Amino acid sequence: MDTLHIDLTRALRAFRLELALDVEGVVALAGPSGAGKSTVLRTIAGLSRPDKGRIALGDAVWFDSGAKVDLRPEERSVGLVFQDYALFPHMSVADNVAYGGGKDSSELLARFGIESLARLKPGELSGGERQRVALARALARDPGVLLLDEPLAALDTHTRARVRGELRGLLKGLGLPTLVVTHSFEDAAALTDRIGVLVDGQLVQMGSAADLVAAPTTPFVADFTGANLLTGRARATGDGLTEVMLADGSAIVSTDQLTGEVGAVIHPWEVGIARSMPLDSMQNHVRGPIESLVPVANRMRIRVGPLTAEITAESATRLGLAPGDEVVASFKASGTRLIPLA
Amino acid sequence: MRRPFEVVLAVSTGLILAFLLLPILALFLRIPPEDLLSQLTSEVAVDALIVSVKTSVIAHAVVLLLGTPTAYLVATRRFRGRSLVLTLIELPLVLPPAVAGIALFAAFGRAGLLGDTLDAAGVSIPFTQTAVVFAIIFVSSPFYIRLGIAAFEGLDPALIDASRTLGAGPRRTFFRVALPLAAGGLSAASALAFARGLGEFGATIMFAGSLQGVTQTLPLAIYAQLAIDFDIALALGAFLVVVSVAVLLTVKLLPSWTRFTLISLAPSGRSD
Repeated sequence: MDTLHIDLTRALRAFRLELALDVEGVVALAGPSGAGKSTVLRTIAGLSRPDKGRIALGDAVWFDSGAKVDLRPEERSVGLVFQDYALFPHMSVADNVAYGGGKDSSELLARFGIESLARLKPGELSGGERQRVALARALARDPGVLLLDEPLAALDTHTRARVRGELRGLLKGLGLPTLVVTHSFEDAAALTDRIGVLVDGQLVQMGSAADLVAAPTTPFVADFTGANLLTGRARATGDGLTEVMLADGSAIVSTDQLTGEVGAVIHPWEVGIARSMPLDSMQNHVRGPIESLVPVANRMRIRVGPLTAEITAESATRLGLAPGDEVVASFKASGTRLIPLA
Repeated sequence: MRRPFEVVLAVSTGLILAFLLLPILALFLRIPPEDLLSQLTSEVAVDALIVSVKTSVIAHAVVLLLGTPTAYLVATRRFRGRSLVLTLIELPLVLPPAVAGIALFAAFGRAGLLGDTLDAAGVSIPFTQTAVVFAIIFVSSPFYIRLGIAAFEGLDPALIDASRTLGAGPRRTFFRVALPLAAGGLSAASALAFARGLGEFGATIMFAGSLQGVTQTLPLAIYAQLAIDFDIALALGAFLVVVSVAVLLTVKLLPSWTRFTLISLAPSGRSD
């Protein structure tokens, strides 16, 4: 498999997009809307020009500002799956897939299980079907690189969960350098093994989903992965712990050693919920009313003050929790990660 | 109070409709329909019909052939001076027809800007059928191009991008994606521009004159016959009303059935 080398700089309206990345296997570029993710894909595909940089697939140079190389989109070996799939509405599924030429389209239709849709127009398809057609069409040219722009965003929640699973296996099996852009950490984690977080045009952290969750280097990454983030001022206590004074005057304790302005990262599954102050090993407690109770699969997501806790649905039922109930949310000092804010 | 207001709305609408419809109805009611039809076979009418059809068809072919690429360029490319180009295209739309006539004279007349060049080439344009074609192109092409730009601008740019990333060059993208998808809008634009050209009067009478069988189009024949044979003028007028209604219906019906069916327009070759 060739490696896709990306090194580009481009001034966007509010910030500068600067990205250096080697794509091998399936990589996700995740981040908030407007971080420049789609621009990266468009630039690789040749639909948008960077101010300077170099884009190459293995030895094939597609763009090089120094050497004045700039291949046109149709000359780059790339398959791009657009966010809303951009299927040609006036062509049948078969004609859409055959448009790029190359591979036998009937073989592709069979591989994606869409032979029965061959004669239909895109307007007659469901979201999941459209996505498969878009993928088949992008692969028909036998591209050297696959780019996917928010591949799951156009799907409803139900379809999304199913397609997520299918797509991960499919992308892995292709053996192509693949770049997936998404604003959802969950999608990124579900589809790829390596995630780069792009914020305001800068790659702030790169790693596996587990790395990002366990050791976020910035508050944004912590928040993005779904962790709780409390900010405050840290100082060492006498017993080797760190105490963080929060803005509301309360304090929490961490086993991490850090001082100054910090963010405390606590994962929702590290937070326990009790009706009254528990007598256990937990050092940190936040008392308050339940703001919301949201069931997520077999768990219950509970919002108490600044914290989100995730407990089993069974426990939530056993405790008879309801919105407005006064509860105590607790978490361990050793489960509280500190990251510098300055 | 709601009632008086409702009455004002209804009365206004009624008055306006009556005012607009009465003259048109009068065209058909002044003389019996069979007389209208027989007047259409008079020599003056037939000559005017032939001149109108010939000049309109030639002019329209030129408008479509040059106007479609122009509309596509302005709609899909961002370049310096684009808004200037757009304004120049729109200018003839608001220009009084008499100004168009004198302007064409100033450009292509014997003493005009290109007069000497044309003279040297042995070409004289004013008061010929070419002049009629020029006048029609001048007034109808901005219609077609302006509406054509809107039709192309209505395309999802992602479809054009998708075509490019699928290996199609700009030419194939135009014929296989942009043109078929804009076909509905372009057909409507084409019909309106054709109707505008068919009704052209002011610029034609100044630049081409009103010579029966040569430059006398249907509208010019109506004007010429007004004082000579009112019934022929009526018959020609009624005929143009029927054509206009047909154009209007075409425009209203076209987009719904052409949107995704005019694919046969596009060559399927993969040469680029």
